[in-house]
Amino acid sequence: MKLKWTSYPYIVWMAIFIIIPLLLILFFSITSGDVFRLGEFQFTLDNFKRFMNPIYLKVLGRSITLALQSTAICFLLGYPMAMIISKAELKKRNAMILLFVVPMWMNFLLRTYAWLTLLGRNGLINYIIKSLGFEPLSLIYNNKAILLGMVYNFLPFMVLPIYSVLIKIDNSLIEAAEDLGASKLEVFTRIILPLSIPGIVSGFTMVFMPAVSTFVISSLLGGGKYMLIGNLVEQQFLWSGDWNFGSAISIVMMIFILISMAIMAKFDEDEKGGGLW
Amino acid sequence: MTRLGKLVLVLCLIMIINFIFTGCDRKEDVLNIYNWGDYIDPTVIKDFEDEYNIKVNYSTFATNEDMYVKLKSGAGNYDVAFPSDYMIERMIKEDMLYKLDKNNIPNLKNIDEKFINLSFDPENQYSVPYFWGTVGILYNRKVVKEKVDSWDILWDEKYKNEIVMLDSQRDSIGVALKKLGYSMNSRDINELRKAKEILIKQKPLVYTYVIDEVKDLMIAGEANLGVVWSGDATAAIRENENLEYVIPKEGSNIWFDNMVIPKSSKNKKKAELFIDFMCRPDIAARNTDYVGYSTPNNEAIEKLPEDIKNSKVAYPNEEDLERCEIFKDPSDFITKYDIIWTEIKAEY
Repeated sequence: MKLKWTSYPYIVWMAIFIIIPLLLILFFSITSGDVFRLGEFQFTLDNFKRFMNPIYLKVLGRSITLALQSTAICFLLGYPMAMIISKAELKKRNAMILLFVVPMWMNFLLRTYAWLTLLGRNGLINYIIKSLGFEPLSLIYNNKAILLGMVYNFLPFMVLPIYSVLIKIDNSLIEAAEDLGASKLEVFTRIILPLSIPGIVSGFTMVFMPAVSTFVISSLLGGGKYMLIGNLVEQQFLWSGDWNFGSAISIVMMIFILISMAIMAKFDEDEKGGGLW
Repeated sequence: MTRLGKLVLVLCLIMIINFIFTGCDRKEDVLNIYNWGDYIDPTVIKDFEDEYNIKVNYSTFATNEDMYVKLKSGAGNYDVAFPSDYMIERMIKEDMLYKLDKNNIPNLKNIDEKFINLSFDPENQYSVPYFWGTVGILYNRKVVKEKVDSWDILWDEKYKNEIVMLDSQRDSIGVALKKLGYSMNSRDINELRKAKEILIKQKPLVYTYVIDEVKDLMIAGEANLGVVWSGDATAAIRENENLEYVIPKEGSNIWFDNMVIPKSSKNKKKAELFIDFMCRPDIAARNTDYVGYSTPNNEAIEKLPEDIKNSKVAYPNEEDLERCEIFKDPSDFITKYDIIWTEIKAEY
């Protein structure tokens, strides 16, 4: 496709805000020295070598595990939800979608802060537990709280793409299957599920990506006790001022995300539309 | 028009728009101030603007490192910044600060001599004291009934999930070093390793690692034993009278936040005027009353309400202060601190 000249502003925009920063990150990751004196850099792979240290790999491992867990939970909760919504009659359906989207109009940080007051030791949930005469639970500042925060924040990203695929499935296919004697379970496993794969794939990527790179949820709900890869990057840029190492971590993370998306794309090879790509 | 011509035209348009927008605030008398969050009485800025007819652009940062990175990268042309001791040392070393013309800051005479010529700026050529404070333990008397006078209590199994630590590597590692009887500025890798071990051992007892939220947690009784900066202690005690602050007997950290003029400043004279204004007794007193930290300004202390003036939290006894150390710039050793802190955080 030939580019019209009206597209130049977008190209300039992308160059300034996407391509140049990416190249800079790549450049920082393979150099050492003062990042503010670009003239004096030296090429090195030490930043990546440093990342191979077990502590950092452990952090990476934990981030990926938590992200996968939250993606799986989102899927298990989100798929039935998407089906329920897509089966509902039009009026109800719109209302339900609206209910899913409305919380997202609020700031993400604010919604996560709200959990602090719910889960805290003297928070609302523990208040109820205590007034019923039970011992208060420790609900916050642990792995489960982080997982809850991730699922809560990213669930709509799973439900909406699956829903948009389910709604487009031709009902006559399902009717045909039923006419030919397929049971409800068979209709689901052999018709609905395969046809909804593009939605599942984009749901997986849209949940996994922010979950693996989050640093806000882990520092707010994890109480800074559980360092994730996003916190590590934040620490390098804001605290240690080691932009080179921070960039190297970002590159490693990007590679992981690319790999996971490539795997996802495999499932989605012959389907078009509904997916992210 | 050729394609290239159109491209050039679009680029020019973007640049023109850019110039228009950035050109707007290029008026003569503007001062860009860069301070810690919640660290000034906002009405003071307004008064300065009215009195001298200078517009103040006020922005804030959360950590020294944050501020350093921003100044170093040239992201903001700040005229006055408020770094702490070890950061001032580093900035002087890296030639990032202007020398002050003390003739333009006559109110410097109000500052107590104790706070002048400290190790990070030996002749006070670069900085003027703004606030100072200590690091200590804040605890709730209702829950912690025993006598608190040592960092050891932060390692007591009894207080599992009651303990709040600062999510700041220098402060938390410093606490561990002090508990072990070492210097907070240790450059001995074995000492740091021991500090790491005890911090990892402490981790299961810790409720959370935070910075600013510690106040709210302690006031609400979410946690009952925490490492805090003295100003936060003052603010928390104001809200919850069961709280008490101590500087442990092993010693602690004493810190100073000073005003400096970064080399990015285009208006050094006006910046000095601002610093002088901040040293005026009435202004310093208003800030102290509002912020809760300790002022180095002798004249200002006289103007404070009795309860603040006599507060042992803000103005501890001499012998408590003698046990306190000032942070030094770890320079290249910072990576060691960083790795150790990461190892502590990565463990669970």
